[in-house]
Amino acid sequence: MITIKNLHASIGDKEILKGINLEIKAGEVHAIMGPNGSGKSTLSSVLAGREDYEVTQGEVIFNGKDLLELSPEDRAREGLFLAFQYPVEIPGVSNINFLKTAVNEIRAYKGQEEMPAKDFLALVKEKQKLVELDGKLANRSVNEGFSGGEKKRNEIFQMAMLNPKLAILDETDSGLDIDALRIVATGVNALKNKENAFVVITHYQRLLDYIVPDFVHILYKGKIVKSGGKELALELEAKGYDEIKKEFETESV
Amino acid sequence: MIAEKTTTAQLIIDKISSSAGKVDFIDNDKLSKALLYLENKGIPTNKHEDYKYCNLDGIFKKEFKNIDQKLNAVSDINKFKLNNSVTIVIVNGNYSETLSDKLILKGLHLNAFSNLDKEGKQLVGSIANIESDAFIALNTAFSGNGFHLKIQENEQFQIPIHILYVSSSNSEAIVNPRNIIELGKNAEATIIEEQVVIGEGKVFTNFLSEKFVGENAKLTSYTFQNEGKNGYSVNTNQVTIARYGKYDNTTITLSGSLVRNNHNVVLAAQNCEAHLNGLFSAKSNQLVDNHTLMDHQMPNCESNELYKGIVNDKSVGVFNGKIYVRKDAQKTNAYQSSKNILLSDDATINTKPQLEIYADDVKCSHGTSTGKIDEAAVFYLNARGIGRESAKKLLLHAFAQEVINKIEVDELKEKVLHLFENEL
Repeated sequence: MITIKNLHASIGDKEILKGINLEIKAGEVHAIMGPNGSGKSTLSSVLAGREDYEVTQGEVIFNGKDLLELSPEDRAREGLFLAFQYPVEIPGVSNINFLKTAVNEIRAYKGQEEMPAKDFLALVKEKQKLVELDGKLANRSVNEGFSGGEKKRNEIFQMAMLNPKLAILDETDSGLDIDALRIVATGVNALKNKENAFVVITHYQRLLDYIVPDFVHILYKGKIVKSGGKELALELEAKGYDEIKKEFETESV
Repeated sequence: MIAEKTTTAQLIIDKISSSAGKVDFIDNDKLSKALLYLENKGIPTNKHEDYKYCNLDGIFKKEFKNIDQKLNAVSDINKFKLNNSVTIVIVNGNYSETLSDKLILKGLHLNAFSNLDKEGKQLVGSIANIESDAFIALNTAFSGNGFHLKIQENEQFQIPIHILYVSSSNSEAIVNPRNIIELGKNAEATIIEEQVVIGEGKVFTNFLSEKFVGENAKLTSYTFQNEGKNGYSVNTNQVTIARYGKYDNTTITLSGSLVRNNHNVVLAAQNCEAHLNGLFSAKSNQLVDNHTLMDHQMPNCESNELYKGIVNDKSVGVFNGKIYVRKDAQKTNAYQSSKNILLSDDATINTKPQLEIYADDVKCSHGTSTGKIDEAAVFYLNARGIGRESAKKLLLHAFAQEVINKIEVDELKEKVLHLFENEL
């Protein structure tokens, strides 16, 4: 589905990603863990197309296309979804209107007709239930005045509506209580199938109790320093990041 | 203030006097006062504090070198008509009986200035001070045959009154529409004033309205300005509100090469209320200049202003909001807010709140912000598959909505929304 080869990215003069290699196939769930400042969010931002970052080396092939050549909106239209760590509040734009525009622009890109209003509303109703999102929130302005948990659930709701091929969840668990965490995870698990894939970026093992990964990668100082199965997350939880830091300190300076 | 003597005023007077109609509804005293003021003070340049960003002398010198006053007749205004309203049509500054709806509504009186009785004549120029502004003076000297609209005491009109000012010239012309709108005690009315310029040539519209809101009366007014590139205008609204009276205005400016609005509201008695809202969207070399004055003269009154502007290309937007709270106006509540979005590096916003407070027990506040479009929000929308143009439209629409939602006439609201989106 996506192949990342030797990806380097900088912000200003500072190189943050120093050669990421990653291959994700349909049907897989990958977790990317790592201490603060290791480059987790930079990786998700670069993949989504945030302009603040400059890719200096490497390539990313997404479903046969050169992802880095595509605009952020075309990446989304090709089936890439980023659940934001900090969802943006957009006063005055209703959630529903926003999603309708998104759904129809993606359909137009694929040469499909606009979704009939009736079908759209039925879809909204169905997906809202999935993340236990209050119907009232759908009519409010995008994320405006939402609690932290509501914002994260809204991200998963949008993901459910857009049905992406590859979803990157950027620290979706941060700031969530255990109930919200369960709701988010239930949503993700319900959407998981053989055709799509998920990248779960997280600090803690906690979320991975609910969304069980096939692969766990440890990102440290801009590189994936270790990969393994789900047991790697447990090991990391037990030992803490200090162990990793010690182990790789000399190599990555 | 610098009183600059200039020949522009004299040139205008020379060019338009021969073809101007007889202004016999304004007494000779006022006429000579107006001409004298124009000759002495001239048309303001940008050295005049109130016209700092709007050099009208320069505009006349540059854009109206060949005024010939050859105005076109207008026979069809159907495409501008609203379905559910009474239409009053003013062509090139003069009331048109043939194009206007016949008003047979009880309690509504409409008189062309040429038919004014003595009482009516006394109202003309009674609140717009000739010696306060060159454009009031110019309008007074060369006023078109405007109208006096009176809503009788206790009459509450549900149907909006749509006043359409149509001007047309194939070369260069100046028109001076003028009106008086008067609401008696407990009367209520909604008026929509719309300005359009048709024809091939440039028209300078020097509009003047004197509005009287009676005791416990309520006037809801909308100003819709969409004159296109041939339109240049100075629009003066002089409003006075009596006890418990309420005046609401929402001004929407979507086009026009130059639009200068002078909206002066006098809260002349206790317990009255005024709301001014504005939205403008400017591009290319347009200049939109909103000057407001809230003059709180008596206690327990409330005023509120919300102006929003979007400027693109090399356009310029101005908001200058003056609030006077006079010494007797205790317990005044006055609020003002101006918010603007710059869509290009060459566009300019000048915004200036001006508060002069002489009473000690008042609540006044003002706020202003000017910024670019929120790139974090644009990226968020992009990340959901929404293209840059659509994202911008969604965000600008959201920005404008707060003002557009003040429009309570659905038909007008839809028209404004549609045109606003087309302009983006």
